[in-house]
Amino acid sequence: MTAQLLDSGLSKTTLQTIYKQILSARRLDERLIQLQRTGKTSFNVSGQGQEIGQAAMVAAFDIKKDYFLPYYRDMTAFMLWGATMKDILLDSFGRAEGPSSHGRQMPNHYGAKHLNVVSQASTVASQFPLATGVAYSARLEHSDRVTLVTTGEGSTAEGEFHEALNFAGVAKLPAIFVIENNHYAISTPSDEEYAAKSLADRGAAYGIKGVDVDGLDFTATYLAFKDAVARARTGAGATLINMNVIRLLDHTSDDNQRIYRSKAELAALKAKDPLKTMTQQVLTEDIYTQAELDDLEAAIKKQINVATDQAEAAPLPDVASLTEQVYAPKEKGNGIYG
Amino acid sequence: MAKKTMIQAITDALGQAIEQDDKVLIFGEDVGKNGGVFRATEGLQAKYGEDKVFDTPLAESGIGGLSIGLALEGYRPVPEIQFFGFVFETMDSIGGQMSRMRYKMDGTRQMPITIRAPFGGGVHTPEMHSDNFEGLIAQFPGIRVVVPSNPYDAKGLLLASIKSNDPVLFLEHMKLYRSFREEVPDEAYDLPLDKANVSREGKDITIVTYGAMVRESLKAADDLAKENIDAEVIDLRTISPLDLDTILTSVKKTGRLVVVQEAQRQGGVGNNVVSEVSQRAILSLEAPIGFVAAPDTPFPFGQAENDWLPNASDIEAEVKEIMSY
Ligand SMILES: Cc1ncc(C[n+]2csc(CCOP(=O)(O)OP(=O)(O)O)c2C)c(N)n1
Ligand SMILES: [Mg+2]
Repeated sequence: MTAQLLDSGLSKTTLQTIYKQILSARRLDERLIQLQRTGKTSFNVSGQGQEIGQAAMVAAFDIKKDYFLPYYRDMTAFMLWGATMKDILLDSFGRAEGPSSHGRQMPNHYGAKHLNVVSQASTVASQFPLATGVAYSARLEHSDRVTLVTTGEGSTAEGEFHEALNFAGVAKLPAIFVIENNHYAISTPSDEEYAAKSLADRGAAYGIKGVDVDGLDFTATYLAFKDAVARARTGAGATLINMNVIRLLDHTSDDNQRIYRSKAELAALKAKDPLKTMTQQVLTEDIYTQAELDDLEAAIKKQINVATDQAEAAPLPDVASLTEQVYAPKEKGNGIYG
Repeated sequence: MAKKTMIQAITDALGQAIEQDDKVLIFGEDVGKNGGVFRATEGLQAKYGEDKVFDTPLAESGIGGLSIGLALEGYRPVPEIQFFGFVFETMDSIGGQMSRMRYKMDGTRQMPITIRAPFGGGVHTPEMHSDNFEGLIAQFPGIRVVVPSNPYDAKGLLLASIKSNDPVLFLEHMKLYRSFREEVPDEAYDLPLDKANVSREGKDITIVTYGAMVRESLKAADDLAKENIDAEVIDLRTISPLDLDTILTSVKKTGRLVVVQEAQRQGGVGNNVVSEVSQRAILSLEAPIGFVAAPDTPFPFGQAENDWLPNASDIEAEVKEIMSY
């Protein structure tokens, strides 16, 4: 049974905001899919099925001071961390104002310097060692900021994952390492990716607390993260969280999951859509009425339309800037002249 | 014979390699049931079984080490690195181990491994998915780097690479995968490694190139012919080690050279060609050596890709400049 939303201890207003953000992210993803299919953008990674877990995760952080190193499926998490619809769309259209890379990289490598969000590289799991550096800086500065880093379960087979966890254990880093476990790495099912019963067990191997959580259950996920954040903030060290979620859609817009997942599996998946569950909870727990939800849908649609128009109209990066920013500008005193 | 795309020619070769040699194993990320993210291994697992064609976990360093261990035990691994940009994860396997195994064991061990990897620009795959890092691997003696420029070559060179008793990095340019079809024999055949191919004969100037730039160079040569410039186009096929004989013979005949590569200008294979020709044939040259390459920046953003990548008109312009010297 999915726990009640109000059992999270979050207020009705906070839950309203979070639900609104989740719904916005889902509708925005639907728009992004449309834009890709009509050739207006070149690529999309959908996080449908992972939104509730991502939202519950971010809700446990202090986004004003904590750091986040997301992975490419984290659009909802990025939006809860402060990114706007327009930010996402600017990145997707490859526009110069896009916060992740100013149009210089692929859209789903979310990042924004002003939000303390670090954009990942294409090499999966490479953000994990980076997160240890970011977290170590908090230790050096006696800051209680916490670093959050995420990846998919398939990527935990990479050496970087293990190297990072080992150091985090040794250095007792104020970091939370998250596996968004959707049980597929592109086409490869999790029983071909790892033989461990649960990936949370890997924490023990590195002297780190490992936690398993149902990422389709908002409250359970939120409480698990709340506990992990409190531990990190008070010097008790890192936590590894294996968050079980589902991947409702293709790996990316370049993939076709019907090749490797059966019709029955895909139908069962759809029935588990966590947004449906949460919407039901929102109504039952009287967080929103149906009439309010209808208004919300209409308002979100409007916002998405406005943001899409604005982002599409924004300028592309100047091709003349192609050769810029390979090296720092040559200035006196910055070492280039000795 | 049938007209095939380069990806079909590669799939053909992989299946025939398994049929030719019981020791051939094909593995990598998503190569099994899914048939590879570019469909290069489509249908192979169903046809040859999960012992011969299998998925690995998402770990390139693991794939590299697995290949080396299997090769030590007499297998002929043909691993796929899903995108060549992820080669860094397995750099120790390639540069630190397989390329020097024969040498350091004084010939008592060998590494008959063929690493296949898609690479190259022009298809709007961003960032590390498009990089042309072949020059990095060309720095390692002991491993061959083979880059086919068309479907026919891809099949024959891949079969030969798999047969060879040394490691080969076999780079498949993504833009060539499906952009055109060509007659490809149904039966298995080998093309020689370490041997460049004269793709077009000419007497006025030599263009040395490889990969996707071969087609651009041939296009340029056709246009130049209308202006009475008769260019010879050499497709290196194996970019490391270089086939100096073919290059030098041509340069001595034409007296002029333009080197063309898609990669950034710095480092890289083109510079090796320039250096060798300068040292061995400078007195045959009637003009400085021309060079067409991408700018020295990381692979750029989508909108700038067409400006960044060298193309036929850049090649034409460079050839004319060298001709008018
Ligand atoms: C080092 C490296 N190898 C391969 C890839 C290609 N690739 C991108 S995503 C992916 C699957 C990742 O699966 P998982 O970690 O489970 O995350 P999910 O996509 O399921 O969220 C692969 C193989 C890559 N980006 N980087
Ligand atoms: Mg996954």
